[in-house]
Amino acid sequence: MSENTRHLTDPLIASNPLTVQILGICSALAVTTSLKTALVMCAALTAVLTVSSGLISSLRNRIPVSIRLIVQITIIASLVIVVDEVLKAYAFEISKRLSVFVGLIITNCIVLARAEAFAMRNPVGPSVLDGLGNGLGYSLILIVIGTLRELLGAGSLLGYPVFPTVADGGWFQPLKLMLLAPSAFFLLGFLVWAVRSWRREQVEKPEFAAGTADQGGRP
Amino acid sequence: MTAPDTGSWWRRLAALPKDSAPKTIAFAMLVAVVAAVLVSFVAVTLRPLQKANLERERQGRIVAIVSRAIGDAGPLSAHVVELKTGRIAPEIDPVTFDQEAAAKKPETSIALPPAADIAGLGRRETHATVFLRREGGKPTLIVLPVRGQGYQSTLYGYLALRGDGVTVAALTFYKQGETPGLGSRITEPAWQGLWPGKRIADDSGTIRIKVVRGAASGPHEVDGISGATRTGNGVTNLLQFWLGAYGFGPFLDRVKAGEI
Repeated sequence: MSENTRHLTDPLIASNPLTVQILGICSALAVTTSLKTALVMCAALTAVLTVSSGLISSLRNRIPVSIRLIVQITIIASLVIVVDEVLKAYAFEISKRLSVFVGLIITNCIVLARAEAFAMRNPVGPSVLDGLGNGLGYSLILIVIGTLRELLGAGSLLGYPVFPTVADGGWFQPLKLMLLAPSAFFLLGFLVWAVRSWRREQVEKPEFAAGTADQGGRP
Repeated sequence: MTAPDTGSWWRRLAALPKDSAPKTIAFAMLVAVVAAVLVSFVAVTLRPLQKANLERERQGRIVAIVSRAIGDAGPLSAHVVELKTGRIAPEIDPVTFDQEAAAKKPETSIALPPAADIAGLGRRETHATVFLRREGGKPTLIVLPVRGQGYQSTLYGYLALRGDGVTVAALTFYKQGETPGLGSRITEPAWQGLWPGKRIADDSGTIRIKVVRGAASGPHEVDGISGATRTGNGVTNLLQFWLGAYGFGPFLDRVKAGEI
């Protein structure tokens, strides 16, 4: 696999921003109550991440070191505002449901992390691929969680009923918990566990040994 | 002398190392200006679309309120009517027309002669939003906004008429400040349920609808609420006003003539 392809594919599973780096959790919890909001959020974040990585990378030799973070944030914030305005104009309903979370892409750790850790040190091509790959890695997890939450919480997908719910005279009793934020935590936890059971190399070494009872709780 | 000066100033700046203070400040300003221009350009370009979205939402909310208020979930479309002539004014977009604001502005309202002002409004807007359901090119439901002075507050409501322009389909009040337990009972379903089927006018076209003290007799009368005679009178007056010549009278004449 070429170096460039790796920039694109690594963030999907091997260094996924959500399950490996545990970044961007807040928005992942907030927008996954239905698949549609999750999809729009994914598209917004991927677009911002790709373009910001490209722009910052192309300016990387000109950005003064002392103000590099604020320049990165300015570029990211401008792009987020543009995306937010476009959604308000062309996808009004969905932008209302996403409310502040599109705006909060500005503070999403993934975007700044890729700008600071990758785009500032690499040429434009790899940076764009890296941004796109990380956006897709984020999207992959959001789509999985969004699908599970909408399916189990409302018995539908993209608003179309899949399981007939009891309220509509069917057999499916929706799990209301799935529509609450804690369920996204549980699902994400299970997902991290599942991925790490499959890819053992992702399991982190314990940072300290857990104490036992006969040691008085001290290691 | 200025041009070569600027040039040398620019060359001096360009020759500085990228982390020097002047170049840092220049870069920061450049980024700020480019970002500001980009964001402003997008915001200004998309403003009309966003505004239309907001207006459409507001309109949808009003139609939803009207449908719920008259207990009828069927489709309704909004139209702006010029009250004086009774014609639908296609030049005014019902999505952006704000009747409440129009009633307050001198240029979009008229002073009512005291003799005609039975609903106690003082001024009346020149245009009003009506909601119609059309089936086969003819209106089958006409929803009119009505308001007027009650006993101690202004009553705001909707009167829904059948396609004949005479039979009441529903009357509802969504905003009022009448005496709780007495006049405010005009918002209760039990009293509003007395209205469907009543006739606002007799065969000669005279507006006859009336809230009476005690029990009603005939298709033009509705039972009053005990202890709320003046609220009942307020309802009578506001209906008489809005169905009359200064209200929707000309519009309803056009409906009956089949012009709407």
